[in-house]
Amino acid sequence: MATVTHAEHPPEAHRSSRVDARLLGMYFFIASETMLFGAFFSAYFFARVVASGGEAWPPEGFELPVYLALLNTIILVTSSFTMHWALQSVKRNNRSGLVGGLALTFLLGLTFLLIQAREYTRIGFSPGDNAFASTFFGLTGLHGAHVFVGLNLLLYALVRSVRGHYGPEPEKHLGVELPGIYWHFVDVMWIVVYTTVYVI
Amino acid sequence: MRNPFRSEAEAFRFVLVSVALFAAVALAGILGGGWAALGVFLALAVAVAIYVKGEPAVREPAVWERGGGDGRRHILVVANETVAGRALRGEIVHRARGDADVLVVCPALNSPLRHWASDEDRARAEAQARLDESLAALADEGVHARGEVGDADPIQAIDDALRTFGADEIVISTHPPGRSNWLERDVIERARERYGCPIAHVVVDLLHERERAEAVPPVAERRP
Repeated sequence: MATVTHAEHPPEAHRSSRVDARLLGMYFFIASETMLFGAFFSAYFFARVVASGGEAWPPEGFELPVYLALLNTIILVTSSFTMHWALQSVKRNNRSGLVGGLALTFLLGLTFLLIQAREYTRIGFSPGDNAFASTFFGLTGLHGAHVFVGLNLLLYALVRSVRGHYGPEPEKHLGVELPGIYWHFVDVMWIVVYTTVYVI
Repeated sequence: MRNPFRSEAEAFRFVLVSVALFAAVALAGILGGGWAALGVFLALAVAVAIYVKGEPAVREPAVWERGGGDGRRHILVVANETVAGRALRGEIVHRARGDADVLVVCPALNSPLRHWASDEDRARAEAQARLDESLAALADEGVHARGEVGDADPIQAIDDALRTFGADEIVISTHPPGRSNWLERDVIERARERYGCPIAHVVVDLLHERERAEAVPPVAERRP
């Protein structure tokens, strides 16, 4: 009877890039996200500079809670510090630092999202009112959706870290590194959103 | 250009830089209004772009398996327009004396516009033509070398070649200083930092070689 020999696993893929495929995937994802935010910012600036016809921005009667958003900004920037702490901890095999950092990051992110939800309910206008309201809810809502996705990633990493996963070797903490990169991206985007929408 | 999200640590640094930059923009907006903020934003954006563009990409030392386990020396040659130069050919013949496995990599140089448009066909075809000419000349001199067209970035081309070719030494050929883009971009120094093997730098002056070739009449004309 003829025997057929099979390889135990497919051959190692030849990659011309030195970057890990998962990391490369995150780079592409962030690049596409940047373009998505770019589209929303384009709409915002078009409405503000061109379509408003030189009238006041925000239009009369519309007011944004600048200081509440500043508090949210501080919360989100702080969450970047705790995220960084979590990753530095796992690199030093400090498991309590990893779990604590991820838990704090998650809680800070959740607080940000809850404050934003509260802000939406009390802001006094709705997306359909005018271009200002549409672009405001569009930009901040898009960002909020990203925070929500980030929170899911963080929760997943947190559960895994509580269960003893991850280690100090680079290969073993990629599951924390990737959500970390995404979280910092979301943070940077909020800084841009806050400055352009609330401050200037 | 360096990716600001290369790692979590880099991304975290990017957050801090963003906080600082946008705080400056916000301050300008509060004090001077929207146009002042726009001016500060544009100035900072230009400054950051210049800084990022000027910062060379950091690469860790490369690790690869040297030799092919066949007892032969493995020589990796990286050259572009100078691949058909006489000086380089002489150097390869000299180094390949005895038994050596030679791989010639010819990076496909492209214009930035074509690079961004992923229009590489012409660059690769031209690199392949130069490579074929060089391999034929080497074969005439008794050196049997293999060749392949590589990435436009010479360091990346070496990286790619080392995945399948365990080089014991690397030969990089460039135009003379002042005419070489690779020298301007410190390719030789970067390669010496990155690869822990002997790296030879061969300067090929194609202009000088051409002038010499034109000055010496062909053998048939010299005969009475």
